[in-house]
Amino acid sequence: MNLLIKGGRVVDPASGRDEVGDVYVADGKISGKKEKADQTIDAKGLVVAPGLIDLAARLREPGQEYKATLESEMDAAVAGGVTSLACPPDTHPPLDEPGLVDMLRRRAKALSRARVYPVGALTVKLAGERLTEMSVLADAGCVAFSQANVPITDTQVLWRAMQYAATFGFPVWLRAEDRWLAGDGVAHDGEVATRLGLPGIPAFAESIALAVALHLVRATGTRTHFCRLSTAAAVDMIRAAKREGLPVSCDVAIHHVHLCELDLGYYDSSCRLEPPLRSQRDREALAAGLADGTIDCAVSDHTPVDDNQKQLPFAEAEPGATGLELLLPLALKWGAARKLPLARTLARVTSDAARVLGVRSGRIEAGAPADLVLFDPLEIWRVVPAALRSQGKNTPFMGYELAGRVRTTIVAGNVVWQV
Amino acid sequence: MAHNPQLNARGELQHLLSIEGLPREILVQILDTAESFAGVTEREVKKVPLMRGKSVFNLFFEASTRTRTTFEIAAKRLSADVINLNVAVSSQSKGESLLDTVANLSAMQADVFVVRHASSGAPYLITRHVKAHEHVINAGDGRHAHPTQGLLDLYTIRHYKKDFTRLTVGIVGDVLHSRVARSLIHGLTTLGVPEVRVIGPQTLMPAGVEALGVRVFHDMRAGMKDCDVVVMLRLQNERMTGPLLPSAQEFFKNYGLTADKLALARPDAIVMHPGPMNRGVEIDSPVADGPHSVILPQVTFGIAVRMAVMSIVAGN
Repeated sequence: MNLLIKGGRVVDPASGRDEVGDVYVADGKISGKKEKADQTIDAKGLVVAPGLIDLAARLREPGQEYKATLESEMDAAVAGGVTSLACPPDTHPPLDEPGLVDMLRRRAKALSRARVYPVGALTVKLAGERLTEMSVLADAGCVAFSQANVPITDTQVLWRAMQYAATFGFPVWLRAEDRWLAGDGVAHDGEVATRLGLPGIPAFAESIALAVALHLVRATGTRTHFCRLSTAAAVDMIRAAKREGLPVSCDVAIHHVHLCELDLGYYDSSCRLEPPLRSQRDREALAAGLADGTIDCAVSDHTPVDDNQKQLPFAEAEPGATGLELLLPLALKWGAARKLPLARTLARVTSDAARVLGVRSGRIEAGAPADLVLFDPLEIWRVVPAALRSQGKNTPFMGYELAGRVRTTIVAGNVVWQV
Repeated sequence: MAHNPQLNARGELQHLLSIEGLPREILVQILDTAESFAGVTEREVKKVPLMRGKSVFNLFFEASTRTRTTFEIAAKRLSADVINLNVAVSSQSKGESLLDTVANLSAMQADVFVVRHASSGAPYLITRHVKAHEHVINAGDGRHAHPTQGLLDLYTIRHYKKDFTRLTVGIVGDVLHSRVARSLIHGLTTLGVPEVRVIGPQTLMPAGVEALGVRVFHDMRAGMKDCDVVVMLRLQNERMTGPLLPSAQEFFKNYGLTADKLALARPDAIVMHPGPMNRGVEIDSPVADGPHSVILPQVTFGIAVRMAVMSIVAGN
C-alpha cells in the first residue's frame, strides 16, 4: 500500500531538513519519488517526523502482566508516537534465554504496532555471576546486553562480560551505580533526603561505578552505552571519554532533565525513581549535556507500576514512572526551554537513538523504513489517568499541561495509530 | 511545593506531622497549652473533659512502649477513649496494606490517629486518606520526625531557660538516623535560637545538614563550649559496631557526655536525653543522674505536651 502524507512540516533530524512538503511511502519504506497513492493523509499544520525510538521501555512481559500487558503498553507506545523501543531484560524471569526473547518478539510482532528490540541479560538471572549465552541470545534477536537496574558488583565478572561481548561485537548497556554505595538509599543524598529522613544515594555512587566501567571500556574496547545518567559528574566524565575516543554513548531519562530532588515534596511516591532525582545543578547539567550532544539521547524509562505499589511510604514504593506517552511532549518542552531548533530536539529521540541502536529508522530519507509520527506541536493536553493508554498511571507529571499531541503513527508504512 | 498538609484552610493545626513548616505562633500555642495542663497532672483527679467521647487510636507499626504509653496517659487525662493497636504484630504480618488498615480503623469512627511507622513519610500518606474530621499525630516516622518529642524538648528548654533567643544548644551523637534531632532542630530555629550545633563523627552526620541551620562540630570539646543546653541522642545497638563506628567504647571516649566534657558548657547548662539511655555509651551515669540532668522532668512534661497537641488538633 502506498501512502501520501501531504502538506506537513517535514522535519528530518538526521539531515536537518525542516520544510513544508509531501512524504511518499511505498512498500513500507520512504520513497524518493512521487508515487501513486492508495491513501492520502492531510498533514497540514502537523509536524511529520521520524517515529520516536525509545531505548528503555518496560513492557512488563513476561511475568508482570498485572502491572501491564504487551497490548496495553504497545498501544501506549504508538499513542506516544514511539515506533521502535528497546526493552530492558528485567522481566520475570529476566531475558536470559532465547526462548523468552523469541516469545516476546513473536508476541510483539503479532500485535503489529511498534518494533520491539529486546536487550538481553548480561548475566544469568541478572545475578552478576555467570555469563549468558550471548551469541545464542543475539541470534534470537537481542540487540545488546545489559544488567538493567541490577549492577554487577564483582568487577572480575564485569570485566569478563565486557570482554566476551566485545569478542562478538555486541554492545553492552550499563547503568552506572555502585551497589554498596547506593546501599538502601531511595533518594539523592543531599539536603532534601536529609530533611525528609530518607536514606540517600550519593552522587559518587554513579561516578565511581562509571569510572570503573570506563577503565574497562578502555581495556576491552567494548562498545558501551551508559543508561540513565543522573549526575553532573557523570556528564563530565562521558564528555571526556568521548573526547578520548572511547566507544561510548549514553542516555538520560526524560524526567531527569525536568525534575530534581525538590519535586519529592511531601514524599510524592511518583518521584520514587531509579536513579533518584538529584540536585538542581545535576538537572541543569543533564539538560545541557543532552543539548550539546554529550548525552546522545533521551529515553522514557517507561516503567508501569500499579497503584498498590505506589500507595506506600516513599521508601517502600516501587520505583519507576510511566513514560511512553510523555516522551514526545517532554522532549519538546526541554527543547523549547533551551530554544533548540525542532530538528535538534527531535534528533535526541529519533536519529541519535537509531545510531545507538544500530538501525536504519529514525530518519526521513529514501529507502528508510516508513516509521513516522504526525503530531500537532502546539496542541496542549492535560496529563490525567484517562488520557494515558498505558496501564501504568504513575507519573510525576500527573496534572501537567503539555504541548505536543500525536495524531498519526505509522510503522512500516501502516497506520497503527490515529486520532 | 504542595500546600502544607498539616494545616487546615484557616491555617490551624489539622494534623501534627513535623515541626518543620509550622509557624512560630502554633509552636507557642502548643507550649502555652501544655503549660496550662501541667497543673492537671499534679492534681489528685488527673482528668479534664476536653476529649470526652472522642476516640484516640494508637497505631504503632513499629514497637514502642514508652511513647505509646505517654500518648495513652495523655489521651486518658483528656477523658478520651484510647484503643491501642500494635499493628507490627497483627494485620501487617497478614499482608494487609497500610492504607487498608487505616481505612478499617477509620470505619470504626476514630477521631485521632497516633501513628508510629518505620518508614519516613508514612504519616503523610495516611493523612491523604483519612476523613476530614480525623486527625493524624506523628509519633515517629523513620528518620524523619518525632514532633511531640521535639515539642517536649522545646517545653523543657523553655521551662528552664525562659528565653530562646540567647541560647546555644548542642545536639550530640547519631544525627544521621535521628528523627528526634531533626524535629528539635526545626523547632529551635523557628523559635529563634541563634546557635544550634550538631556534634558527632562524620559517619553520623547526614549530607548537607548545615542547610537545616546548624553548625557542625566533630570535636565534642569544641562543640560543648558555652552550651546552655546539651541534648544527647540515643545510639542504636546495631549501629555501635560496623561501618559507621568501631565500638561503643570508642564512641563514648569521643562523644560520651562525661563530667569533664560537661564542664566546658555553661555552669547552668541543662542535659537532656530522649530516652531510653545507654549509660556508658552516650552518657556517663553520674551526669545522667547529676544536678544538670533534666531527663526525668522531660518525661513528665511529655504528657502535658501530648495532651496539648491532642486537644488542639481535635478542637480544630
